Amino acid sequence: MNKNGPIALCFNALVILFTLAPILVVCVIAFTPENTLTMNGPEFSLRWFKAVFEFPDFVSSFWNSLWLALAAATISTALAIPAAMALVRYPHRWSGVLQGLFLSPLIIPHLVLGVALLRLFSVVGGAGSFGWLVLAHSLVVTPYTMRLIMAALIGFDRSAEQAALSLGATRSTVFLRITLPMILPGITGGWLLAFINSFDEVTMSIFVTSPSTVTLPVRMYMYATESIDPMMAAVSALMVGITAVAMIILDRVYGLDRVLVGRS
Amino acid sequence: MSAAGTTSVAPPVVSAAASDKAPGQRSLPWLMSAPAILLCTVMLLVPLVLTFVLSFNAYDAETGPKAGTFTLEHYAAVLTDPYYYGIFWRTLWISGLVTLICIVVGAPEAWILNRMRKPWRSIMLLVVLAPLMISVVVRAFGWSMLLGPEGLINGTLVALGFAKVKLLYTETAIVIALVHVMLPFMVIPVWTSLQKLDGGVANAALSLGASPVTVLRRIVLPQIMPGILSGSLIVFGLSASSFAIPGLLGGRRLKMMATIIYDEYLHELNWPLGAAIALLLLVANLVIMLGWNRMIERRYKKALG
Repeated sequence: MNKNGPIALCFNALVILFTLAPILVVCVIAFTPENTLTMNGPEFSLRWFKAVFEFPDFVSSFWNSLWLALAAATISTALAIPAAMALVRYPHRWSGVLQGLFLSPLIIPHLVLGVALLRLFSVVGGAGSFGWLVLAHSLVVTPYTMRLIMAALIGFDRSAEQAALSLGATRSTVFLRITLPMILPGITGGWLLAFINSFDEVTMSIFVTSPSTVTLPVRMYMYATESIDPMMAAVSALMVGITAVAMIILDRVYGLDRVLVGRS
Repeated sequence: MSAAGTTSVAPPVVSAAASDKAPGQRSLPWLMSAPAILLCTVMLLVPLVLTFVLSFNAYDAETGPKAGTFTLEHYAAVLTDPYYYGIFWRTLWISGLVTLICIVVGAPEAWILNRMRKPWRSIMLLVVLAPLMISVVVRAFGWSMLLGPEGLINGTLVALGFAKVKLLYTETAIVIALVHVMLPFMVIPVWTSLQKLDGGVANAALSLGASPVTVLRRIVLPQIMPGILSGSLIVFGLSASSFAIPGLLGGRRLKMMATIIYDEYLHELNWPLGAAIALLLLVANLVIMLGWNRMIERRYKKALG
């Protein structure tokens, strides 16, 4: 590999600085002891984190978001495993159409999804309920689980399965003891990616949540449009922390570079 | 968007060789796909159809949308009112500018990352791409702190003896934050096409006396062009429908497509009008995506014989 010149390295440093600046500033300001969004001097305090945990709106939204992301990622994974297997192993005339359908939530703006779902809920009832919210998020994250599980199934050596079958194993045994363990990285990777995306989703959720089911990003959005104080920075820092933990786990079980840029 | 979302794991190609179709198994794949099909039908297709119908329903400020009525007045209102033109135009030029900046910054950055040595290469790539996973609300809030009147940038300007600049709640703020959110979507496809680049061709050109600029222009650029084009498509589409960034950094005055739809729905309560704008946004998005895709395919099929 060639080496980059000084200009290229400066360019890279500027891009990195630009990329990290807003995230770093959030994490620094979160520790301010002041009442304003400033950081004067070296002392830091945890008072705004304490304020977050004592602010019922943020706490209840956090639990909403957590349960929502757990449920949506799990449902989406459970649906995607058989659907992905059908697409990869039993291709038929409609496979392309189905694959397009399952991946389409990626190219439809979340705002349009939110608007459309709001209409559905107002027609059939139950607008803003947690159950609907879970289904809405399951839809949005399905492209991620579907893609990673399909990728795992495509690069799959089927000789172990055939050996087990020829030795008399039942189809369910083969699935549980051979297929599932072999595609497990794709499943867990897809689940985690789905979890992160559900946990962060704001644009669609803002339309389909009710005051009792407001998720954390929606609560933060509404809070930030009205008042800006260091508590917002503290919540944001917590969000960054949670995402970072999820990303580290994702990196361990699947490889972040594989999720972000495909195989590298 | 959550813009979050990577479009990177290459779309898997279903190979016919993997098929193990046996007679009597025709219904099996449908059975296996049924739950996912049901989810997409109930939560995607039906709502879109309902919204499509809603956008033709008459609206009364007292009673709300009237079911069973048919009118084109919402589309007419949107397509003739200069107020909406202003918003469409702003959405268009902001998305275009963001796309342009992402090309100018993202493509060279991917190129530089690709030329880095082993450990730094993947570390820097992760640093550039990881913000993709962080909530867009957090990032918008971070920018509002940096760009605000008491923020780091104005603080630095004042410390250096300059006057303060109004950045927050301007179009500049929206563009800066959108570039931040969209940059990974440009770096990823360009990086991917750089991986396929055959270094030997560039070296051959160099050894035959071509200048580095010529190599870049005649050999590297044409080969990473598909990456730049597909990146532009994603960046433009996501920018045009972005919600949280203009909502938090544009203030109450500077509206874009997404924020105006939000207003129609949740403040004006004129759902049919909001539905009409949302559908126009969706159609514009799909037309650009499919059209662009087709154009690229045709161009590169021709170019590659």
